[in-house]
Amino acid sequence: MWRYMGRKLGIYAITFVIAVTINWMIPRFMPGDPVRSMLNRASVSDPEALERMTNYYNEVFGLETPLHQQYFSFWSGLFRGELGISSMQYPEPVLDIILRAVPYTLGLLLPAIILSWILGNHFGAFAARSKGLDNSLLPFSYILTATPYMWLALLMAWAVGVVGGFLPTSGGYSLALMPAFSWEFILSALTHWVLPFLSLFIVALGGWAIGMRNMIIYELEADYSNYLQALGAPRRLIRRYAFRNAMLPQITGLAVQLGTVIAGALLTEIVFNYPGLGSLILRALNNNDYFVLQGTFLFVIIGVLIANFIIDIIYVLVDPRTRVQMTGGAS
Amino acid sequence: MSNLAGAPGSDGTTDPEPIGERKKSEALYFAKRNPKLLIGAGVVLLFFLIGMIGPLFVDHGPNVYIGPQMQPPSAEYWLGTTTFGQDIWAQFVYGVRSTFLIGFLGGGIAFLIGTAIGFVAGYKGGVVDEILNMLTNVVLVLPALVVLIVAVAYLDVRGLFVQALFIGLTSWPWAARAVRSQALSLATRDYVDLARLSGRRTGKIILTEVAPNMSSYLVMSFILLFGGAVLIAAGLDFIGLGPSDGVSLGLMLQNAFQWSALHLGMWWWFIPPGFGITAIVSSMYILNVGLDEIFNPKLREL
Amino acid sequence: MTLRVKDLKVYYQTLRGDVHALDGVNFELADGEIMGLAGESGCGKSTLGKSLIRLDSRMRHVDGTIELDGENVPIADDRGMNRFRYHEISLIPQYAMSALNPTRKIGRMINELLQSRGVKPSEVAEELKRRLELVGLDPDVLNRFPIELSGGMKQRVVMVMATLLNPSVLIADEATSALDVSTQRSVVESMVEFRDRGFVKSMIFVTHDISLVYQMADTVMVMYAGRIAEKAPASTIINSPQHPYTKMLIGALPEVGSTVETRLEGIPGTPPGLLKPPTGCRFKARCPIASEECSQVPPLVEIEPGHWAACWKTGR
Repeated sequence: MWRYMGRKLGIYAITFVIAVTINWMIPRFMPGDPVRSMLNRASVSDPEALERMTNYYNEVFGLETPLHQQYFSFWSGLFRGELGISSMQYPEPVLDIILRAVPYTLGLLLPAIILSWILGNHFGAFAARSKGLDNSLLPFSYILTATPYMWLALLMAWAVGVVGGFLPTSGGYSLALMPAFSWEFILSALTHWVLPFLSLFIVALGGWAIGMRNMIIYELEADYSNYLQALGAPRRLIRRYAFRNAMLPQITGLAVQLGTVIAGALLTEIVFNYPGLGSLILRALNNNDYFVLQGTFLFVIIGVLIANFIIDIIYVLVDPRTRVQMTGGAS
Repeated sequence: MSNLAGAPGSDGTTDPEPIGERKKSEALYFAKRNPKLLIGAGVVLLFFLIGMIGPLFVDHGPNVYIGPQMQPPSAEYWLGTTTFGQDIWAQFVYGVRSTFLIGFLGGGIAFLIGTAIGFVAGYKGGVVDEILNMLTNVVLVLPALVVLIVAVAYLDVRGLFVQALFIGLTSWPWAARAVRSQALSLATRDYVDLARLSGRRTGKIILTEVAPNMSSYLVMSFILLFGGAVLIAAGLDFIGLGPSDGVSLGLMLQNAFQWSALHLGMWWWFIPPGFGITAIVSSMYILNVGLDEIFNPKLREL
Repeated sequence: MTLRVKDLKVYYQTLRGDVHALDGVNFELADGEIMGLAGESGCGKSTLGKSLIRLDSRMRHVDGTIELDGENVPIADDRGMNRFRYHEISLIPQYAMSALNPTRKIGRMINELLQSRGVKPSEVAEELKRRLELVGLDPDVLNRFPIELSGGMKQRVVMVMATLLNPSVLIADEATSALDVSTQRSVVESMVEFRDRGFVKSMIFVTHDISLVYQMADTVMVMYAGRIAEKAPASTIINSPQHPYTKMLIGALPEVGSTVETRLEGIPGTPPGLLKPPTGCRFKARCPIASEECSQVPPLVEIEPGHWAACWKTGR
């Protein structure tokens, strides 16, 4: 068990190192002086501020020092939690800006992923019941997974928000309010949350349904299913076994699909101007705020790695096969 | 008993059709009767023709300001015009063309990398497999779109080919995984062993002995990568990291969103591009299911 | 009389037409009889085993009847068959290694199966433990997952599970093929013991390994191209076979432990395809003594008490 976990942790550690290295490398190996081009694009008009910022960035990048030294100081800064200073909201630290956005993204992502996974699995198992259901539900699921996240978001914002006027389509809460623990704010945040959540949830649903449908058909073809049928066991029992066994690879699927769903969340946020990491990325891009961009990148990577690790632990706990193998009970 | 079904004998009463021939005609038989394959292929073909031929019938560039502004669909402007008076139908046909292009290029690059790594890992095994597997896992964990955003953001000039290259470099891992497990099971077969014993080169063996035996599987992987590349590219375009001077369905969505087509009620601006992407990718996927049912007899009957 | 099969025809449906896997099979299985069912691969022996308990979706019952203890067995009626399955007719499958749900503890899976078949698990719990001990397994295996057991252990668990309700007929389909020789022997011995103790009334043991059949079976039935070639007491089949095909099979038998598969080269020619089977005797193309009358189908006749053969050349 510990070996398995250690191996997984090793891969995650390597991934993290590679991600940080990419992050460090990109601005330095792109053509041109990163500080100059950054500030040019940031189009700061006040000459005094420009000079202050130039000095600051020169110091952070430390372009005069040898490369390996730049690399190590980048790491040590990282461990001190220094992600730099934002240029679009100078002089606010990038970390603060990101931490303010993270709760919104998580609030959108976690419920959407978990609920779409649960419902999608049942949906897929239901589709695998008969040929007719399968032939109608399966193409529908494929259309859902082929839908660009932002397009469904646009359609829903237009249909429900603009034409129907039922729900707000922009922002994370009413602009008249300040974030606070009041009923008014929570209610406002909830109504702003519904549409982005739904649109993310619906697109993600299709993928899980397809995965479950394929897995359950595979399980229903498995030897143990055949044997139970030969012994006259009712379909109900066989389906129950198949569903349970098909669920296990779906847990691994959760880890594999994570990147796609996160991408979907970022795109959905942009459409609804939802104050999470997605909108932050767009703002950083428009203002050429590379520190914010890179900080967000790191945050997403760390989040993905943590999520992967949690999924690994859950898998080990749920699948008796890996559990047994790991405790060394196998003969 | 597995070879029981229709095994031809040597007594002359059964027709001595070669096995490969029979497999082909059987596949064709099911292909003609598979609605998923037929409908999927039909829609894909339709859009392919729109993308290939459509631009020939449009006598102005897709981004030219030619007409009246904010016109809903009409006989003259089939899909209406944008806030700036651009012809949306013209943008649409060019966009469909670039969607296919990015799918083929991005999906193709990912396919080449993924299958190459998968084949070598599965066939070679040992340390090579360990290292390639590690690499695959690392890239698999990294969320492609986020990596792409950071990488593309620093580029000054962005074109379709650069986009395709970057997409290809980030989206190959699951194909590598799938191909690896397939190649692993094929690599232990007798005829591969024989080829190996006779001292042929690894690359040659993979190309002549292993790959042909999973050709249907490879085609299906490519289709999935194609769809994935189209969706990622659309996402990048929508964030504003698309080709700086081109036109694509994703860019159309971005423009529509940026110039608040939503609030101006210009549904004809943002519905067609998204519909185009969804239709192309979903019919590709459904075509894929059809192929799967044809080559994997177990799926024919539920 | 336990089992009586009359003129059974079961075809596989394929694109190119029906494959006549069983084309008029007649035989009887007596109480307490262990019958070995042998033949080259593709002769229909596994199809016969399956037909007795559950037809898969491509198989079609065309003609013929099966009677078990005087009752008609409706093999074409999937629901009607359920009454017989497990209670009266049971199976040790070819894939016994993977016949157990990998994510359920064995005891729990058996209980769930029993419950679904209308048997209270508590009523047979003691018997289950006793029988596990009988085949040399610690009853503690019930608290384990299949993955924790070796191949031989799984095989024995499946055997105990399949026979727990004392079925009339047990079909063992290549049940020992996946095991090593010593495990094979002990499993075979347990099977005979199960019969002796009355846990199963009679048994059909499908195999390609004639020498194994000889060790345990009372009678042997040899099939060729969808039909019965010969059925006789095991010693008769080995020592004085009458059908030319059986003679060639036995004659080519080099030593104990070899299988039909390796011996195949000893018999010239290959079995006919069953998509458009030849008329008359199906063995005639390979038969050294074939003559004109072989263009007619030879009936299966009892040439001496308990010894049936389908050949024009055997005494009639």
